[in-house]
Amino acid sequence: MKKFLMALLFAPLTALASGGAVHLDSWPGSVSDKAALQNGAKLFVNYCLNCHGASYMRYNKLMDLGLSEQEVKDNLMFTAEKIGEQMRVAARTDEQKQWFGAAPPDLSVIARARASEHGTGADWLYTYLRSFYRDDKRPTGWNNVVFENVGMPHALYGLQGQQVLNHETHKLEVAVPGTMQPAEFDKAASDLVGFLVWMAEPQQEFRKKLGFGVLIFLALLFVLAYALKKEYWKDVH
Amino acid sequence: MGANTNSEKYKSDGSLQGGLLEWVDARFPATSLWKEHLSEYYAPKNFNFWYFFGSLALLVLVIQIVTGIFLVMHYKPDAALNANGVPVAFASVEYIMRDVPWGWLIRYLHSTGASAFFIVVYLHMFRGLLYGSYRKPRELIWLFGVGIFLCLMGEAFFGYLLPWGQMSFWGAQVIVNLFSALPVIGQDLSILIRGDFVVGDATLNRFFSFHVIAFPLVLLGLVAAHVLALHEVGSNNPDGVEIKKFKDENGHPLDGIPFHPYYTVKDIVGVVVFLMVFSAVVFFVPEGGGYFLEYNNFFPADPLKTPPHIAPVWYFTPYYSILRAMVWNFFGLPAKFWGVVGMGASVVIFAFLPWLDRSPVKSIRYRGPIYKTLLAIFVVVFFVLGYLGTQPPSPVGEKISQVCTLFYFGFFLAMPWWSRMDKFKPEPDRVTK
Repeated sequence: MKKFLMALLFAPLTALASGGAVHLDSWPGSVSDKAALQNGAKLFVNYCLNCHGASYMRYNKLMDLGLSEQEVKDNLMFTAEKIGEQMRVAARTDEQKQWFGAAPPDLSVIARARASEHGTGADWLYTYLRSFYRDDKRPTGWNNVVFENVGMPHALYGLQGQQVLNHETHKLEVAVPGTMQPAEFDKAASDLVGFLVWMAEPQQEFRKKLGFGVLIFLALLFVLAYALKKEYWKDVH
Repeated sequence: MGANTNSEKYKSDGSLQGGLLEWVDARFPATSLWKEHLSEYYAPKNFNFWYFFGSLALLVLVIQIVTGIFLVMHYKPDAALNANGVPVAFASVEYIMRDVPWGWLIRYLHSTGASAFFIVVYLHMFRGLLYGSYRKPRELIWLFGVGIFLCLMGEAFFGYLLPWGQMSFWGAQVIVNLFSALPVIGQDLSILIRGDFVVGDATLNRFFSFHVIAFPLVLLGLVAAHVLALHEVGSNNPDGVEIKKFKDENGHPLDGIPFHPYYTVKDIVGVVVFLMVFSAVVFFVPEGGGYFLEYNNFFPADPLKTPPHIAPVWYFTPYYSILRAMVWNFFGLPAKFWGVVGMGASVVIFAFLPWLDRSPVKSIRYRGPIYKTLLAIFVVVFFVLGYLGTQPPSPVGEKISQVCTLFYFGFFLAMPWWSRMDKFKPEPDRVTK
């Protein structure tokens, strides 16, 4: 019996221990930071949208980030004609599959899909984007600590530079510097993740705002409903 | 109230004289239905917290039907890939979330409603266990209720395939494959359910049909039967005594009060509190920490990529644990078959409660330490099984779930003996405060 109770007590621990071991850095950004989201959108259309689509998103939704229609057209729309078009990728998925071994996934809801008991989707993406390293055994020449043997090459290596994995310390070290300082690159990666988080549910800030209104309304309704109930029930003994 | 200038139009009980209502009443039992089921349905006056969940279940049913109607307007049950390489069904859900005005709210109400339905129904069932609501003469109410529960499980299972994410696809794959464990008919049965050799477009379309037409129809019929049977015999109460034994000169139970207005105004309070909790989830944590909307389900279904860990949604996990706990081959039949039998039996066994329980009193208030202890352990066991069902299989988890499964069935199967052995307190004649 005692053994059984002990086992019961430690069941959650053993379950946790059997999970993935990679430590995820916590994403430092926020979805309410409009300037960061705009920068993230710029990085996204320049570095991601060539291979990954965001096909549930329309360009005009980007105006919610505080941009005018003209600004979106001039700075963020490279392959589309009309502002109401979806953020599609020009490459065909079947061809991409031949190039990379797997078609690059649509990124519209990737920040929600990558959440797990180890951290939010934002944490995963923030760590993943900063964890590419040179690996000659891989066809693309790149590997990733968070996503082992990933088919994706390091799209941001021009900014971050090239990292290598020190097999003794299991740490990543910059071998060839990029155009950004490490702290600068972390900020860029954070902005990009912020955009992905926002894009996964563009109305999320409004949803929460509305939620406060709804709860306040219900609280008032509760006072009314409770008073009504008390009034009716005063003659029940 | 202002002066009633039309007083001549009203009879002493407030109904219209010779008006529209009388015209209708001559052709349809409107007033008598209203009286029978609301204004002159006498319910015990001592309902407590646990008695909110029946009306709340009805509320969630309405939420699910209304939001479901609007979702169907934009959802497309189509497993084919669109021009962007995404399954049409998956993309249509995101279309609802982004491009349909207020679509996100309707979708979150529906997805949260699914989990809320099970929470409310589990609490409603637990009330039955606390106060012996399934005992004579309410066996049929209970049986209709078990039917509703089974129907709800089917409804949830079919509905979960529709977003066509990874968990939708692989969850359905695992569950439908279970049927192939049945001897002789198993293989053909699983193909019949899927409409294909693997879960695919045919499966998605038939599950859609079951989810929006077949099961809701049966569900509504069973709910009507559940309520009609309840109003025929009258409600139980926390004391487990019959209020119909003591009536006043008008034939109304002394301890009864008309459902309307007393319980309608009381249930409105319950509804508002429920809506506060429900809205908190819908507006602030619609994913429910990955339990209400599983993270992996934001990846579109991919028949070539099996997720490392396939877990059913939380409300199925206790039964899923029982399924996984069966690891032995018996009588030449594979463990998988016994798992399916165990899982099915763990749900259906609730139906036998009215005949398994032999205690002389109904309510836990007058039952002794045996029932209180065993019921408490049963609740713990149910939660432990539920938790283990969300976790990847492990040797320790397997042992624990086997012990829990043994207790789960022992609780029911040995009930005819232990329910009689307890030390009981005398039941009062009339309800207490």
